[in-house]
Parts: sequence; structure tokens; C-alpha cells
Amino acid sequence: MPTAPLCELPALAAMIMDGAKLAVPSDNSGVAMAATRELVRRGARGLHLVCVPVSGMQADVMIGAGLLSTIETSAVSLAEFGVAPRFTAALRDKKLRMLESTCPAIHAALQAAQKGVPFTPLRGLIGSDVLTHRPDWKVIDNPFQTDDPIVVLPAIQPDIALFHAPLADRYGNVFIGRWRELLTLAHAARRTVVTVERITDHNLLEDIERSPGVIPALYVSGIAEVERGAWPLRFGAEYPADEPAIENYAAAARTKAGFESWLEAWLAHDSAQALA
Amino acid sequence: MSAASSPVELLIVVIARLLEGCRHVVTGASSPIPGAGALLARELSGGALRVNVLGATRNNSFTNGGVELFDLAAQGRIDAFFLGGGQIDGQANINLVGAGPYPDLEVRWPGSFGSAYLYFLVPRVILFREEHTRRVMVSRVDFISAPGVSPSNVHRPGGPYKMVTGLGVFAFDRARSRFRLESVHPGHSVQDVVDNTGFDFDRSEDPVVTPPPEPEVLRLLRRRVRGEIADAYPRFAASLPS
Repeated sequence: MPTAPLCELPALAAMIMDGAKLAVPSDNSGVAMAATRELVRRGARGLHLVCVPVSGMQADVMIGAGLLSTIETSAVSLAEFGVAPRFTAALRDKKLRMLESTCPAIHAALQAAQKGVPFTPLRGLIGSDVLTHRPDWKVIDNPFQTDDPIVVLPAIQPDIALFHAPLADRYGNVFIGRWRELLTLAHAARRTVVTVERITDHNLLEDIERSPGVIPALYVSGIAEVERGAWPLRFGAEYPADEPAIENYAAAARTKAGFESWLEAWLAHDSAQALA
Repeated sequence: MSAASSPVELLIVVIARLLEGCRHVVTGASSPIPGAGALLARELSGGALRVNVLGATRNNSFTNGGVELFDLAAQGRIDAFFLGGGQIDGQANINLVGAGPYPDLEVRWPGSFGSAYLYFLVPRVILFREEHTRRVMVSRVDFISAPGVSPSNVHRPGGPYKMVTGLGVFAFDRARSRFRLESVHPGHSVQDVVDNTGFDFDRSEDPVVTPPPEPEVLRLLRRRVRGEIADAYPRFAASLPS
């Protein structure tokens, strides 16, 4: 039996190579913030970030810290905490290549990679400037019906996927529950690395109620146990957003200098709890 | 309980009225007022309306991940959805990307989200934007996140149905590609709407005032819906009158 991919956080971050196409979920489905901090510490560079299908503080921090060369997303926003300031500044200063997308296009392109097919059709989009600015997307005639133009998108196969989940077992299986976009993501990506709140000795696949919400170890290359690993973002029913901490970030990151000093303080702490 | 409704409560009630007869309504990212409107419509429907609020735990029944909303829309299983825009023009084109000539934007907004898809597929798309100024209601959007109308050969079962703003309610005529002012909210005039709109729209000589919330509807909003919307939007719920 292959060894379980349990590891420490620095080893996990080291698996995300410079220049990789890295895919991450939205704030609703488990953002690996502690791993993001480790990635900043490692000084990762030249990443192509695919947001599934949008991102917030995680993408903004990566942009501010200079990790990204390209971002492919339907939106970046701090939601009720306002605009994503480093994202906005980087686009203004032309420091970041932006691939405009729309949420279902990212999901569909990952599903194409999941199926191992080169492209997928998608409704909508015709007449949108999102399509105009994506020369890699094409409009074809539906081959099965006359006069029915439809957009086709190339598959997105991330080099690596990174997210935070509630639970993994010692065999490398990861419980994701209802957040099934994470299952698609793990299927589509070449490798998947995960931080989890807890690790159990019990094999999750032997639990008939949990197993439909499990990513099998087959897809998982690294798991690090990080309690409060999504902090300061909310994590499902486990903990709410740390609103003062996000507000603090939103205010600090309005300027480059403010972001730099926020980043310094963030990197100086070893665990989420230390700042919580 | 104050008998008078706040401006936000009026918008919630207006939205709930527009959802009458729907079977399934979904509200998207950063949409607290539409979310509350949909949950109020559910209360008023006597159980006939199903509502899914993205970002909610309790008021969200999706089990197939982020793609489920889009798959449902493509199959015609969603009757109404809400979109907004940093800019909206008279042909109901919406712009969620930024102001200025793309990519040299003067102001950058978050991005198009699912608009470039859902606007085509959901039959009743309600455009919602609280700010009604010439900055938002422009003659021509700088970037079309999603077009208001499409050529006849483009698969488009959905599109703009109404637009609700802080000043009034508009209907959209897809055949003529024009808005018509249906009602003006209390305290505002047709002239206010004209002065703050950068495009031409149809209107009658004698404008209707948006009816205020009925007392029992307001009670339902404060007693039931305020708590339900807190699931997805705790800060917004706390800001509503109780």
C-alpha cells in the first residue's frame, strides 16, 4: 500500500513549484490560508492562479506578495469588506496578466480536464466582452443542429490544487462533504495538496455516510494538519469569518506600504491561533 | 415596530413582489437585498416557492458543488436570478468589470461572476442596483459583461425582466430593447429618475408611486426574514430594522 501523504506545512508548500498553474476554491468552500502564508514564506514566484470560480483575500495576498504572474478568474473581491486592493492596484499598474472569465466557464473547463477531453461547449457568452478578450475561446456551429452558434473552451488542467478541508484520515483520504467542486478540482488537477482541521485514524471510505463526500487518496499528494487553517476566512459550519482581522487587512492593503507592514506581521506569526 | 418601512425594506418588498408565481429562485454572490426579497417571497408563497441563497448553509440545498447553479439554469430549472452592474445601459447591457477603455480601466470592479452565462439562461433576470446615478445608468457600458439582448439565432431562453433601483422599478421590453419606468419610489419624482439616468427610457405621463409594504408583509420581513437572511449575510441582517 502506498504511504499516506501526511506532511508538515512547509513540505506541502514546497510541492507548489514556481510557475505552476495553481487552482484554489472560493471563500465558500475552504481556502487554505495558512498554506498560503507558507507559500509566501517560501517566496513562490510566477504562479498562474486559477480561481474556482472566484477568490478574495487569498488571491489579493498572493498578488500583493508578488507570487502571481497570471490570474484566471470570474472575480476577485473581499465581498462585504470591499474591493480587493492589491488585485486592483496590480491591474492598474499592469503587473498582472488577467484572464477574464465567468464562473460556469471555469467549472466547465475543469470538468473537461476531469474527463480528459481537450475542450467543452458552454452556453451563454456570445456577445459578451469576456469572450472578445479571450482569444483562446472559440465560437463553433453546433455540429448536430443548424444555425446554433456555441462557445467552446479549452480544458483547464491545473498543475496543482490547494484547499482546506475539515478532515482527512491516515490513509490519505480527504472528507469534503457538500463542497463537490473540490472533488472536480482534485480530479482535474495533476496533483492535489490539502490542509485539514483534523486527522483521524478511522478510514473514511469505510464510513458509508461520509464516503460520498470523500476525495480518495488516489488523487491526494500531500495533507498537512492545520487547525484553523482557513483563518481569518470563515470555514463552513466550523468557524465564522474573523471580521476584525479581514477589516484590518482591507484597510491596510489599500496602500503598498500598508500591505507590506500587514504582511510582515502576518508572516511573523506561526499559527492562526496566535493572531486570533 | 415602526409602521414606516426603511428604503432598504421597500426594496426587499418590491423584489418579493416581482417573484410572484416563481417556483425556484436563486440569489448570487454579494446579494443581501435580493436574498432577503427571495426569502420574503417564499414566506408569502405559502410554501410554493423554493429559494437557494448562495453562501447560505441553511437556505441552500445544493449538493453538487459550485456548478449546480449553472447546470440548473441551463436546464430551465431556475425561474429568477439577480444581476447588478457597475454600469447598466439603456439596452440592459451590464458591466461588472470596470469603467474606462478595457484593459486601461480608470476603475476596476471585481469581475463578471456568472453574468455572462446566467443572463442568457434564466427567464426572469432582475437587475438590481441601489445606486441610481448617471455614473451607473450610462448611455453605453464600457465593457459588456453580459449583453441585454442577442441575435435571434443565439440560444437565449433568458434575459432582463425588470430593473429595481433606489429610485424606481423598470420593465424591460426585449423586443424593443428598451426600459419602461413602471413606478417611482415614495419621495422621488419622474424628473429625479430622468435627471439621474444617462439613457432614454419609456414612461407614462402619470407615474405610479411604488406601493409601500403592507403592514403584514413588513411584520413578516422583520419577524421571519431578517433571521433567515442572517444565515448568509449576518452584517446585513443586523443592519435591518427589527
